[in-house]
Amino acid sequence: MLRIFLLLICCFLAGQSVASEVTAKVNDNEVVSAEVTIAEPQSNEQAQLIALFKKLPTTKLSKMPLLIEQLSQTKAPQIKKTFNSLMNGDLYYLKSNKQIVHAQLNADNKYALTDVLTNTKLEAVAKSKIRKVKTNNRLRGKIRSLLAQLDLTFSDKTVRIEAVKQILDKPNDIGIETIKKLINSEQDDDVRELMSVTLLVQQLLEGEHTEKLAAVKQLKTSLEPSVLNAMATELSKVEKPASPEDKALKVALEKAMADIDGRKGLFEFAENLFFGISLGSVLLLAAIGLAITFGVMGVINMAHGEMMMLGAYTTYVIQQAFPQLIEYSLLMAIPAAFLVSGLVGVAIERGVIRHLKGRPLETLLATFGISLILQQLVRTIFSPLNRQVLAPEWMSGSWQINPIFSLTFNRLYIIIFSLMVFVALLMILKKTSLGLHVRAVSQNRDMARALSIKSDWVDAITFGLGSGIAGIAGVVLSQLTNVGPNLGQAYIIDSFLVVVFGGVGNLWGTLVAAMSLGAFNKFLEPVTGSVLANIIVLVGLVLFIQKKPKGLFPQKGRSAD
Amino acid sequence: MNISNNAKHSTSVTQPIRPLIQKLAQLGSLRVVIGFLLISAFYVTFCNIAFAEGSFFHVSDYTVSLFGKYLCYALLALAVDLVWGYCGILSLGHGAFFALGGYAMGMYLMRQIGDRGVYGNPDLPDFMVFLNFTELPWYWAGSDSVIWMIAMVFIGPGLLAYVFGSLAFRSRVSGVYLSIMTQAVTYALMLAFFRNEMGFGGNNGLTDFKEILGFSLQEPSTKLGLFVATAIALAIGYAISDYIVKSKMGRVVTAIRDAESRVRFVGFKPEHYKLWIYIVSAMLAGVAGALYVPQVGIINPGEFSPLNSIEMVVWVAIGGRGTLYGALIGAVVVSYAKTRFTAIMPEAWLFALGGLFVLVTLYLPKGIAGLLPHLLSNKDNEDDSSNSKGTDSKNNRSTDIQKTEVQS
Repeated sequence: MLRIFLLLICCFLAGQSVASEVTAKVNDNEVVSAEVTIAEPQSNEQAQLIALFKKLPTTKLSKMPLLIEQLSQTKAPQIKKTFNSLMNGDLYYLKSNKQIVHAQLNADNKYALTDVLTNTKLEAVAKSKIRKVKTNNRLRGKIRSLLAQLDLTFSDKTVRIEAVKQILDKPNDIGIETIKKLINSEQDDDVRELMSVTLLVQQLLEGEHTEKLAAVKQLKTSLEPSVLNAMATELSKVEKPASPEDKALKVALEKAMADIDGRKGLFEFAENLFFGISLGSVLLLAAIGLAITFGVMGVINMAHGEMMMLGAYTTYVIQQAFPQLIEYSLLMAIPAAFLVSGLVGVAIERGVIRHLKGRPLETLLATFGISLILQQLVRTIFSPLNRQVLAPEWMSGSWQINPIFSLTFNRLYIIIFSLMVFVALLMILKKTSLGLHVRAVSQNRDMARALSIKSDWVDAITFGLGSGIAGIAGVVLSQLTNVGPNLGQAYIIDSFLVVVFGGVGNLWGTLVAAMSLGAFNKFLEPVTGSVLANIIVLVGLVLFIQKKPKGLFPQKGRSAD
Repeated sequence: MNISNNAKHSTSVTQPIRPLIQKLAQLGSLRVVIGFLLISAFYVTFCNIAFAEGSFFHVSDYTVSLFGKYLCYALLALAVDLVWGYCGILSLGHGAFFALGGYAMGMYLMRQIGDRGVYGNPDLPDFMVFLNFTELPWYWAGSDSVIWMIAMVFIGPGLLAYVFGSLAFRSRVSGVYLSIMTQAVTYALMLAFFRNEMGFGGNNGLTDFKEILGFSLQEPSTKLGLFVATAIALAIGYAISDYIVKSKMGRVVTAIRDAESRVRFVGFKPEHYKLWIYIVSAMLAGVAGALYVPQVGIINPGEFSPLNSIEMVVWVAIGGRGTLYGALIGAVVVSYAKTRFTAIMPEAWLFALGGLFVLVTLYLPKGIAGLLPHLLSNKDNEDDSSNSKGTDSKNNRSTDIQKTEVQS
């Protein structure tokens, strides 16, 4: 019985191994044919690369450096990975057809293979099928320097800059040597600048006294964080100057560091200002719709935040509906959100607010009820969880002005966009007949009606306009914060305060108030932390309104009050 | 110009309503309300003790503490009604006073835990040990004494009301602006109390209370005691409010609500009266908070959230502002509806609450209390509905619209 069992096991195992061998063979054939099909239409360089790869398994160790050099000169994108795996000992070739592969031991004791040339995954094989490409320490050293050079001579400028930065942060001899070799042939000014900074830092750390002094003098203008670090380490070395040279170096270092710190402070100020203005422009967008409904019409709309929320959800829906058009989704969402929120706004005005004219406190309560309903509606339709709104490609990234100061594109666009909305709204109110009617009704309803202006109609349109702009603000907010049912609540109090702070019924006041509040908040933040900054701003505003109840720019004349 | 219009207007309002007011006064008379309150409190207590569990008449311990909670809300609604219904100050920040009273009580209860906390520190409450406080912050000094706690329940909210009120009323901030500012204040306080560095337990607030005045909070008898105490506090609060409203000062306050500038021209200082009633109301809210905390067993910064404060306003709006018993009815009815709704259909509660806001403001400007006399007697209905709009618009901004209404 036992014997039969053993026999069965043997049979089973044998069958297994035969089967695996067959599949491996089949795979080999496939791969060979794949290689051929790829190789044929390629250019001359590609053919050269393949030829060089073919040589790898057979070349002797003494001839390897030459081959490696030739390989790196092809500048093919596969080289970097190949070199890395060669250095780590992960580069193998298949015994059967000398194909070069990257191999990694996987869980069931087989080697997972990746073809280095085409970067395609191959069937995992047993250890006996493959053999390592030979290396030694001398070769590894060579590879390291070639790798450094590879990145430093890469065709893409950002890769080059990244490579230089790496050397700047962690200087190594090979890297420095390579930079010295390449700096004169470098075409791009930015890269060359960074390279010379790297060399100067090296000179500062390793050089003689005179060289150090010269380096300090030249490094004074650089804002790279590593420069400051290097200076600090040098300064700690000459803390107690033993010789006059040391003393001179110390003085020079201190002066240079003070210089850099000063410039850094300036840019930090600029960065805070930028953040402040960007926060301010978000506040402006959130508040400007309110400035119309509250300021011009005198209607308190507590559902204003929910209009923003609707705008943000409109963006989400549009991205879901047109998943292939993410790049344009924001541009499509802007008019859509304006329409959705605007129409809901008109409906609210017609259905509720119209009946509460002259009762501001009741309007406040009723619109608050509407805001609860809208929140719950969104929660029921879209779930209470936050929805993800994607950022298009052109919104991400940043504009690097210098090493410590960069402007992110999304904030930059938001600032520009909110100013555009502001100007557009100002134009509508000042230059169009609709704006004329709105102003007329807000100043003297009876007289406007006597002059045959349909005040009911104007009210509805004005409210729709304010709500629609809140919808647009929601599109913008969807790029900055989580899109959830509570999105609007976070902004409603701030928006009211901006409007009241700026002076009710005054769009310019709203602009100034939003920007100054944003900047004030961001300048406080590093000192006090964001929550406390928020509280200080709130309390400050409450106190300010006590002093000047009509805001920064109170309305004057007969229409006031 | 404005004044003469106002005068014409308000006389036209009061005339047809007078019989109604008399009826309301009957229904909401002090003795009736307090009697009803004490009888029902006695009934609940009696049914809780006398009947065994499972009996038809038995009132469970859970229901007792639930009613206790409602009575705290009722006291809070009374406070809101006092400033909104009688003085026309729509405070969207009364939750702040409620929470401050609650925190004063919470601090006392925290200190009563002593060394029975998780960390067993006899001086510091658990969260302070957790947050690496080495000693009690100065404002916790004395929080282990009952008298100090009771004092703080009044002083905390009263001080905030005094500081905020004296600033706001002196600079004549009124109407919507005042509402938004009160909301901003409670919002700022919420943010502040969320911070761990404040020394009030941050996000989690104060909880895990063990005993009050030596009685264990887990005991049903303590819960019953707290319920009775709340009922008595509410009765006293109601009596005080009733007295204030009927006193000469209360009449001035009501006059300020209806025509502030006229009161000023007559020679009163409206800001003093407003400040005074605002502080009284804040203290009432603080007492409500202090009684609320031991019954629910926790106080956290969520109580400061603007939504809570607005919910209080809804109680009063639905119950009927300007009538003290209306506030009580509103608080109990809405809270009961909330308990039922959130148990049966949690989704529907916000719809229902939002719908109530809209419907009540649109169709029931005087709330349930305004509805009752309608049901009792059918006369005067037509006048009332058209005039109610006028009585509601008190501040100067709306005089323009009043003008048109009167003229048309």
